[in-house]
Amino acid sequence: MSGRDKFDGLIDNWGGGLLTPGVGRRDFLARGCAGLCALPLLGKLGGLPVDAADDAYVREARYYKKLDGLRVECELCPRKCQVADKERGYCGVRENRGGDYKTLVYSRVVALHIDPIEKKPLAHFRPGSQALSLATAGCNIECRFCQNWNISQFRPEQVNASTITPKGMVDIAVERKAPIIAYTYSEPVVFYEYMADVAAEGKRRGVESVMISNGYIQPQPLRDLLPLMDAVKIDLKAFTEKFYDESCSGKLQPVLDTLKILAEAGKWFEIVVLIIPTLNDDPAEVREMARWIHGELGPDVPVHFSRFHPTYKIKNLPPTPISTLERCQAIAAEEGMHYAYCGNVPGHPTESTYCPACGKAVIKRYGYTILENNIADGKCRFCQREIAGVW
Amino acid sequence: MSGKNKSRFGRRAFLRRCAAGASLALLPPASAASAVSCAAPVRGYPASPVILARSERLKIVGGKADGGEISRLLDAAMVRLTGAGNEQEAWRSLFKPSDVVALKLNCLARGIATRPEVTAAIVEGLKSAGVPAHNIVIWERTNRELEDAGYKLAANALGGGLGGARCLGTDAIRGGGYEAEPEMAGEVGSCFSQVLTRLATAVINVPVLKDHDLAGVSGSMKNNYGVIHNPNRYHDNNCDPYVAHLNSVNHLTGKQRLVVCDAITAQCNAGPAFRPEWAWGWGGLLVSRDPVALDAEGARIIEERRREKGLPTLAEAGRPPRWLETAVQMGLGNGGPGAYETVEVG
Repeated sequence: MSGRDKFDGLIDNWGGGLLTPGVGRRDFLARGCAGLCALPLLGKLGGLPVDAADDAYVREARYYKKLDGLRVECELCPRKCQVADKERGYCGVRENRGGDYKTLVYSRVVALHIDPIEKKPLAHFRPGSQALSLATAGCNIECRFCQNWNISQFRPEQVNASTITPKGMVDIAVERKAPIIAYTYSEPVVFYEYMADVAAEGKRRGVESVMISNGYIQPQPLRDLLPLMDAVKIDLKAFTEKFYDESCSGKLQPVLDTLKILAEAGKWFEIVVLIIPTLNDDPAEVREMARWIHGELGPDVPVHFSRFHPTYKIKNLPPTPISTLERCQAIAAEEGMHYAYCGNVPGHPTESTYCPACGKAVIKRYGYTILENNIADGKCRFCQREIAGVW
Repeated sequence: MSGKNKSRFGRRAFLRRCAAGASLALLPPASAASAVSCAAPVRGYPASPVILARSERLKIVGGKADGGEISRLLDAAMVRLTGAGNEQEAWRSLFKPSDVVALKLNCLARGIATRPEVTAAIVEGLKSAGVPAHNIVIWERTNRELEDAGYKLAANALGGGLGGARCLGTDAIRGGGYEAEPEMAGEVGSCFSQVLTRLATAVINVPVLKDHDLAGVSGSMKNNYGVIHNPNRYHDNNCDPYVAHLNSVNHLTGKQRLVVCDAITAQCNAGPAFRPEWAWGWGGLLVSRDPVALDAEGARIIEERRREKGLPTLAEAGRPPRWLETAVQMGLGNGGPGAYETVEVG
């Protein structure tokens, strides 16, 4: 094939302007970005034209300090990236522009969908509710098993986006009768400013907010954010620093610190642990994790052991055997956790919520569908035992 | 970003994995997952001297360098580099008319970006070897970076770009311009630009020479951070071993045939952004086929200038270019003291 032929195949219009608006960016949907069906909804909902100028999404970052020589230090996440002028932090969505640190993803929405809250998953928060779920590009860690890497591991300018202001986002939630907005899919910590403004607007108008996060955030921005959040889900990737280091390019301790802050604040939160064969499925590690959660956070924190499917940089491992998930769930229960679930296994009995006292199913589920809800006034309908959660 | 974090896998581990490619089954699953695509041994770049081509006659007027003098210097460097009888033979010894040649520029910072006059001289050299202008691609991450650096995007197939060449950012390609799946090279796992993987049969790396606040030195090997989708992931630990691992990928070792470093203006501190107070006129080009040797020489030049200006060494400043040593240990090229030859032409 000649070079000219190659060009013809790759470039939309090599005879004229090379960059065709709305086409020249990464078409992540075409590659099956897991769980997302974003752009059709964006189109219907009247997002502004795709491919707005990059500068339209730039805002001053809230948490950073200036260093000498036009350098800055980010104070949003535990990485504390020190960033020189013209450079970006690890997340790829924050940039030093002449000594000012900027977020590049304010109102820059790359995924938008209405999901059941059970998909987050949040099992004890407004069961059966719909959540308007959104994401921008970027993440502050790199999990080698990321299901949404097509948006989380790319820079904002590499992914198609629509512009939706905080007010516009809440308008959409109200119009679509979604009582909750979920910040999810990629990592909301990296679009903190936008998330906080959407949540504040939502709070004024009676729309709740939930953050679906890796928990990799500094204590102060987390504490500042919590009054705006109604629930949080944290992905606890494993219970060893080794796993976080080798498989996530992150650290475990800051995530544990986040969980403790959530508990101290009395914020409703749930934990998801994606179990990956051979990497974090050691029963002893799972038991140690369950003991820590029980001891530090209490027995009422729901823990979801979710099924891994091969993707991104880990494609040579099989999906997690269901028996492995069942073993993890059993270990957590043995350690006294009241609400331990198996996730990503539709139809499995442990998708349902059982009363810790009488053992009856208080919420029966199939996948994301609520089949039966036997909770009244926050209590088990059968034995009146209080069931932890936000009902 | 800060360079605080230690690399998760050192160069020894990487080499061990590559050497053990045939026995991956013996590795524990986590390692095997990372090692899958580095089973092939690392292929190095050709051994080559570093040509230091500079001239006091190279003037800069109104921000523009003397294109004729640059061409003369480049041709002289090519002749000396290849041992050919004349410049046309020199270019022909490395490139053939059927090649699609991508010129990877560095246009991150206005003020210290690859000069269009240098790029134009390379384009003319390639054309003299019979490479059609429309098969020459002047290339950066984004169209915007190119335009900011003074490049005009090609208006049509045979004209409009510099010397008739095409001029495009990876982002000009349908679908975003990067491969759909990440490719692993040691610690680096990235989606590569389709300009590199699909369009180009040959690459000329055309960096600038400057200080970098984390890598220590930004020359040819660091410039290849611009061919992947996620460069921000690879700045920890002074970019070591990431720079070396990235440059070990077959797309680069197999296609990058030449480095022409624009050091007409260089910068010894506060990079990678342009800081005029630390820039100086080195006044020429560094040309080599061995990017490791060229970057080692670039580092030496930067260190020398820092010493002249009373600045601490890069190591004292907390940013030693350790990735150079890693590259040498991996067999990518020759970078140690006395390991490569330098030749001055002018």
